Amino acid sequence: MEKIEFNQIQEEIYHEKLENGLEVFILPKKGFNKTYATFTTKYGSIDNHFMPLEKSEFLKVPDGIAHFLEHKLFEKEDGDVFQQFSKQGASANAFTSFTRTAYLFSSTSNVEQNLETLMDFVQEPYFSEKTVEKEKGIIGQEITMYDDNPDWRLYFGLIQNMYQNHPVSIDIAGTVESISHITKDLLYECYGTFYHPSNMLLFVVGPVDATKVMEQIKENQAKKNYSKVQEIKRQFENEPLEVAKKKQVLPMNVQTSKCLVGIKAKHVEQSGAEMLKHELTINIIFDFLFGKSSENYQELYSKGLIDDTFSFDYSQEKGFGFAMVGGDTNEPDTLADVLKKMLVSAKQGEVFTLEGLERTKKKKIGTFLRAINSPEYIANQFTRYAFNEMNLFDVVPTLESISLDDVKAVMDDFITEDRFTVCQVVPKK
Amino acid sequence: MRYSNVRLIQEMCKDETYALYVHGNLEEVDAITEQNLYDYYKRALAEDELDLYVVGDVDNDEVTKFVSHLFQLEERKPSTIDRRTIHKKEEVQEIKEVQDVKQGKLNIGYRTNVYFGDEDYYALQIFNGIYGGFSHSKLFINVREKASLAYYVASRLESHKGLMFVMSGIDNKNYEQAVSIIKEQMKAMVAGDFTEEEMSQTKAVIKNQYLETIDTARGTVEIMYHNIVAGKKISFEDLISKIDIVTKDEIMKVADKIELDTIYFLTEEEQ
Repeated sequence: MEKIEFNQIQEEIYHEKLENGLEVFILPKKGFNKTYATFTTKYGSIDNHFMPLEKSEFLKVPDGIAHFLEHKLFEKEDGDVFQQFSKQGASANAFTSFTRTAYLFSSTSNVEQNLETLMDFVQEPYFSEKTVEKEKGIIGQEITMYDDNPDWRLYFGLIQNMYQNHPVSIDIAGTVESISHITKDLLYECYGTFYHPSNMLLFVVGPVDATKVMEQIKENQAKKNYSKVQEIKRQFENEPLEVAKKKQVLPMNVQTSKCLVGIKAKHVEQSGAEMLKHELTINIIFDFLFGKSSENYQELYSKGLIDDTFSFDYSQEKGFGFAMVGGDTNEPDTLADVLKKMLVSAKQGEVFTLEGLERTKKKKIGTFLRAINSPEYIANQFTRYAFNEMNLFDVVPTLESISLDDVKAVMDDFITEDRFTVCQVVPKK
Repeated sequence: MRYSNVRLIQEMCKDETYALYVHGNLEEVDAITEQNLYDYYKRALAEDELDLYVVGDVDNDEVTKFVSHLFQLEERKPSTIDRRTIHKKEEVQEIKEVQDVKQGKLNIGYRTNVYFGDEDYYALQIFNGIYGGFSHSKLFINVREKASLAYYVASRLESHKGLMFVMSGIDNKNYEQAVSIIKEQMKAMVAGDFTEEEMSQTKAVIKNQYLETIDTARGTVEIMYHNIVAGKKISFEDLISKIDIVTKDEIMKVADKIELDTIYFLTEEEQ
């Protein structure tokens, strides 16, 4: 077990890579009641075309199967895992993203037992035709719930505008039609391929004794048999740099329109320190340009083009990336035009000043330090960073290292009109 | 989802101030001017009850000094509003509203007749946990896991106003079935059809929630502020220890006090 210290923020993490390939990280947090643990596989909605374990041909699986599998792991032959956790005073949950599926619990007592339950339920699948069929009704309702959610439709509409071939444009839960093709055998195929410990990471944060917790995890893992570590082969079609569509308008049952402007990212093969610096630089740029204290925000607000739903975000993972900015508005076309103009003009002249950069960096550092008060944030983000060969605790030094030249270079490269796209939700009729 | 919940409260609490939407309504917002907004601000500052909480890595004396220097406020006697005012209905109100939605939104409102700080408030919390508050609850198991009708189905307490809401997203055609399962589960609660295990499970989870809540500054403030809103002085230790001593009998008595008030359904087609 190695101990990694982060003196600047006074945290220490214990790490070990187990024999079966599982990465384990433990971060003791004194003074907290809660222990929070996540058990995550590097497997999400985009991994729909791959070579199944010990097979020699690529397999394309139905949209939404990673999320379906997440649901089904909670059901066992003798009942539901939620019951087990709540008997032990814990609350449990799970989520599936584009690139990850995470299982988690939080509890203030019985931590050892809960950790055992977490590892065992994720590592002992039980799928039957009957329970798979039953789940289709439940997930069908989850899908229609999102269908009625205009913000979700707007978000996915924008991603669909950008990506022509990449599966990031497929809704994480799939469609009622696509999940109808899911069978128990397909679930086992996905499970066997992506739930090998060498594709997973276990993170524990809370008032724990790191040595004891590590011993417990090792003992639990040693009891289970796994095949040798093998590389997982995923297949992705080639994705052009250009967006698929410049604009999409979705009429929906809403009172106020919504508008998002997106930029499709270019350097999506990055990982490690390079990726960290790149994404933090883009975050700084957007915060400077569109944060609440920016000139742009004040202008948009005083013109009545935006309200407090206005926001911006940048996401990047291996193979895809996008920035988006916008919110609710009564003038979706005007807002789209103004936002595009603001983005383009940011590249010209002296919009971005050294003073502005320093101020934004301070804000980002403050936000980060506050975020690491949260065990959930640490566990989830640390895992995401680790899967991209980055370290969460490098955020502050990396932010500090970003110069005005870095910002200008990234802006020049990132903000180009041919990768802009617009998605709007407007009232029906 | 948000819309249907707002609509339920509007219908259920028609004659109560609780039905007012926090953001007001369009017509009245137009009447706000610089002058009347500023007047209202001055009045609020002079008359309203203000409570300041500071949580964190701070020095008590220093903060007290700052605060007494910065906030020089006059003595006031804030008026109190009785939130409990209840308009009982003769019979259950059933409302269906048609809109262009893919999923039907079912929202049901109950009057619990129990309020934060009451002796039987703790039993009400356990009741809610067994009935619909968690993923081990009766509603989750019977509506979602057994009948496969919904993705979300849960109950939630509004503890100062004495209300309980059940909410679920279902297929439009499953309305009757969902409502009847939800009613059956309520009957089961009244009849005491729940086990010691369900009780201890629920107690453990609620205690866990409290302990997790005070890990955050915001959560600590929220818990303290409940006392202000209710005009009570309940210590954190009491909130937790009273959960432990709730008996099955007390839960059944609370269940018996709960009255169904309004069933609201936002649906696609005419039924």
